[in-house]
Amino acid sequence: MDKIETEQNMASTELPHVQLGKAPLPESPILLGWLRQMLLIREFEVRTMQAYQNRLIGGFCHVYIGQEAVAVGSIAAVNPDDPIVLAYRCHGHALARGMDPKYCMAEMFGRIGGCAKGKGGSMHMFDAPHHLYGGHGIVGAQTPLGAGLAFATKYEDEVLHDGKSQHVTLCYLGDGAINQGAFYEAMNLAGLFNLPVIFILENNRYSMGTAIERGTTMASELHTKSAAHGINHAIVDGKDVVSMYQSFKSIADWCREESRPFFVEAQTYRYKGHSMSDPRKYRTREEEAREEGSDCIDRLEKFLCDEHDLTTDGIKQLTRQVKTQVREAVDWAKNSPETPMDELYKDVYVDHWGPFTGTSKPEMLQGEDE
Amino acid sequence: MANLTLVQAINLALIQEMEKDDRVLLLGEDIGLNGGVFRATEGLFQRFGGDRVVDAPLAESGIMGTAIGLAMGGLRPIPEIQFEGFLGPAFDQLTNQCARIHSRTRGGLTCPLVLRVPVGGGIHAPEHHSDSPEAIYTHTPGLKIVMPSSPYDAKGLLISAIRDPDPVIFFEPKRIYRAFREEVPEDEYLVPIGEARTVCKGEELTMVSWGATVMQCMNAIEQVDCSIELIDLRTISPIDMETITNSVRKTGRCVVVHEAPKTAGLGAEIAASVMENCFLHLEAPVQRVCGFDTIMPYYKLELEYLPDAERIGKAIVETLAY
Repeated sequence: MDKIETEQNMASTELPHVQLGKAPLPESPILLGWLRQMLLIREFEVRTMQAYQNRLIGGFCHVYIGQEAVAVGSIAAVNPDDPIVLAYRCHGHALARGMDPKYCMAEMFGRIGGCAKGKGGSMHMFDAPHHLYGGHGIVGAQTPLGAGLAFATKYEDEVLHDGKSQHVTLCYLGDGAINQGAFYEAMNLAGLFNLPVIFILENNRYSMGTAIERGTTMASELHTKSAAHGINHAIVDGKDVVSMYQSFKSIADWCREESRPFFVEAQTYRYKGHSMSDPRKYRTREEEAREEGSDCIDRLEKFLCDEHDLTTDGIKQLTRQVKTQVREAVDWAKNSPETPMDELYKDVYVDHWGPFTGTSKPEMLQGEDE
Repeated sequence: MANLTLVQAINLALIQEMEKDDRVLLLGEDIGLNGGVFRATEGLFQRFGGDRVVDAPLAESGIMGTAIGLAMGGLRPIPEIQFEGFLGPAFDQLTNQCARIHSRTRGGLTCPLVLRVPVGGGIHAPEHHSDSPEAIYTHTPGLKIVMPSSPYDAKGLLISAIRDPDPVIFFEPKRIYRAFREEVPEDEYLVPIGEARTVCKGEELTMVSWGATVMQCMNAIEQVDCSIELIDLRTISPIDMETITNSVRKTGRCVVVHEAPKTAGLGAEIAASVMENCFLHLEAPVQRVCGFDTIMPYYKLELEYLPDAERIGKAIVETLAY
């Protein structure tokens, strides 16, 4: 053999040179829609916390308050059929992708009307028709799935349809996940196979109670981690939805066009604890107050008032609308029936009951239709 | 018809399914240019190209996770992990993600992939290259587990697995990859998942096994003078308890043979189920002939560890004499 065909899978040895500008902003009604989405997520999460305290929600519960601009700005920058895969803090992204809040709330209430029939809870928001491939509870485990989803769209577009790759997958992760091995395998695969996936690091500065500087090396130069895998990197102000969108849209368009991965560090802050039972001993109340002083919703409201004729009355009206919508979602969730026992063994397999055919159907269900 | 080894039957099944369905693609370490560590994918890279026979970096968690994403995205990936011991790094993806996608989405998504894994001892390899971890994955709801013991079953089961809507671990007993040949039809056929095969009929004792030890059981049966019914499970999960139950109710005696360590192995599950289903028919306690409760030894002691005709024969005699 004179020459071994190894051209496939040869990784590039250099980081692509990319200079991306800021994408233009859409028209006022769209911007107003972003504000509405952010208000909706905030209100939804406030009511989620109340419901948790009132014991309507069990299990674990992680709210997104403070980070709304990341999900809203990034999801607005891609197409509705671009896949999204998430970590466990996933209510906000699900709402931003278009999930009806009532399905999201009912899921946490453990009711049959939930997006996963009330069997997954807070960490497992799934919405296949909206190309939302789930919240996942194991930190970092969703990152190879993101690579795989990008691989799937690329295969579909390039191999099955013999065309050009046309999709980009959004794979969100927290700053805790950058210490997980799975993430490095996923980045290597994405870089090696030229997969159109954007790893969006929502850097809220704490993985549970561990500050990023205490948990990872090179915390102030995270680009070194993605560069090692041939993946370009951008830092975006995750507390400013306008900037988030403008940067992210350029990045997403580039990834789609070039069929390449990207690593976006969205700098943000989670106002509440990691979960509902977090005493927050790892940070000061002063730091929290300082961060809340540059709130993403306040900033967008100011921007829209200054430059797009939004008025205080307009904000009040939007606020009233989302309050009503979330109240209706809570009522709907409360009225949705409890998930019945016979759901226990459903959907474990597509066409089988339980792991051991014939022995594992619970006695109480025997005689019922399978 | 062609006279094929088990590994050739697997190769043929892969070719036929890839030709039939362009959503089927392969992903694994050295499966492309090099044709796989056991040559199961020999020639497929040349035939289907690098887009569909994808040489992956050495990263089992990444391979497994990527395959899950591919399956969720509507394709039919067939990842290969080179040896069962290397499932360790992929364990999280396999048990916490793959097995649960359908359930986690409550039917919204499926995860139709076939994870091909060479399994078991007998080829003079060290630990991590000779283990039998099928019970670990059988204990994981959401996965289906298959292990053929013959070339004919290997082809038919693999085609069924590829077309199955659920994730299937396809364990390939490496000891019998090339141990013998069998007539394998050229045309496609299915061996259904979840159905055991009665290898030979008998009246006095039921023997249950799977994978490479089926051959050891047949050797043992040849050496004893009694009527033994041998059941090859073929599918480990979901297990075909009906076939086992019917047989033990007839014979009243049962011996389970497997390579994996005895304690908390699948033999324990089968013995318990036999006790539940056949208690009043039993003439003797269910016996287990297994690997020992220790780490798989280095190759010089390997044959001591693996159940052989002598140990199986002893169990037969004791069970019949009870």
